Amino acid sequence: MATPTIETPRSGRVSPGYSRTPGSRGNFEMIAWLFMRISGAILVVLIFVHLYVNLVAGDGITGIDFGFVAGKWASPFWQIWDLTMLWLAMLHGTNGIRVIINDYAEKNSTRMWLKGVLYTSTVVIVVLGTLVIFTFDPCPVIDGVAHVADYCPAP
Amino acid sequence: MSTETIEKEPASKVELAPGVGGGGEIPTFDITLKVRRYNPEVSDEAHWDEWQLTMYGTDRVLDALHKVKWEHDGSVSFRRSCAHGVCGSDAMRINGRNRLACKTLLKDLDTSKPILVEPIKGLPVEKDLIVDMEPFFQSYREIMPFLVSKGHEPSKERLQSAEERERYDDTTKCILCAACTSSCPVFWTDGQYFGPAAIVNAHRFIFDSRDDAGDMRLEILNDKEGVWRCRTTFNCSEACPRGIQVTKAISEVKQAILTRKI
Repeated sequence: MATPTIETPRSGRVSPGYSRTPGSRGNFEMIAWLFMRISGAILVVLIFVHLYVNLVAGDGITGIDFGFVAGKWASPFWQIWDLTMLWLAMLHGTNGIRVIINDYAEKNSTRMWLKGVLYTSTVVIVVLGTLVIFTFDPCPVIDGVAHVADYCPAP
Repeated sequence: MSTETIEKEPASKVELAPGVGGGGEIPTFDITLKVRRYNPEVSDEAHWDEWQLTMYGTDRVLDALHKVKWEHDGSVSFRRSCAHGVCGSDAMRINGRNRLACKTLLKDLDTSKPILVEPIKGLPVEKDLIVDMEPFFQSYREIMPFLVSKGHEPSKERLQSAEERERYDDTTKCILCAACTSSCPVFWTDGQYFGPAAIVNAHRFIFDSRDDAGDMRLEILNDKEGVWRCRTTFNCSEACPRGIQVTKAISEVKQAILTRKI
């Protein structure tokens, strides 16, 4: 068995795994930290009002159906509300997972792959969600046939 | 020549009946001490060694380690210097918590179960309870732990009001034992994080009215591996044997960076 060499103490060497890569400055981490605090506080209001309006107010949980959602999204107020909630929640969550990946991924390649999956899914969900909020049509016309519900204006 | 015999002074001025210990008798109890052993010259695997010891009520974990080293197994390796909680050499993981062996009384631990002693986590173990502290001190050096002053050197001492001194009083208490940094789960992950101890010592100079390099230190800690990696789990505050409010100091540095940038 080879005798491991033990270097003299205080030789100034730092185990390679511990040396920091320079040039990692910039304010990104600070902005991310600040964003988490601000978006968190806003999301508390957005989400609890959302839950109250959907589940408690009016008919409560029994009142939720396609028509309820359609009615809400007919108003620009709820469109903006839901849009803000979607964006803030997605970015807040993504940043949280990004931080966890940074903390727990041991290999750079694992880290890159996990973050790749994370960012792709975030973009897909945010784009899709935004599209749905703004292009939602409660009374669609499919193949020339108007699917008219009782809340739709007569064609 | 005088034949007078000089009456010897008695060893004790108080006569005690044989078998009576007297008022100062210290209770003894038995403990089981389990120490995490590692010797790279013998094996790459660490293992536990166990000793049954009879200790006194005034003994600390360090005394138990001394008893083992001096009377049972001389190969047990650990650092200690002053043995009175000031030098910061003997930080170790005792029953899963980072403490100084010289400040932890055995009677305060659960003596009905074995007392587990391990090296502090997150730093490379060199032998038994001795870890390589170099990465820890490297981070400490990076935050420039010394007074940087612009302008002329005053002919008298650098004056400071009591309030200005009070501002950073808490963080002057650090003894660099690494109990905080090696209790930090973020530091455990990859060892890249500057760690609580470096930030505490930066805080000590950032908020010192006589120092002029606060901005430089804030810039250093505004790193990817700087204060923003702190997740406020309070492990460091709990581990600090000097009772420094470490997490509070870190958040004060965070706020200082924010107010400087915005």
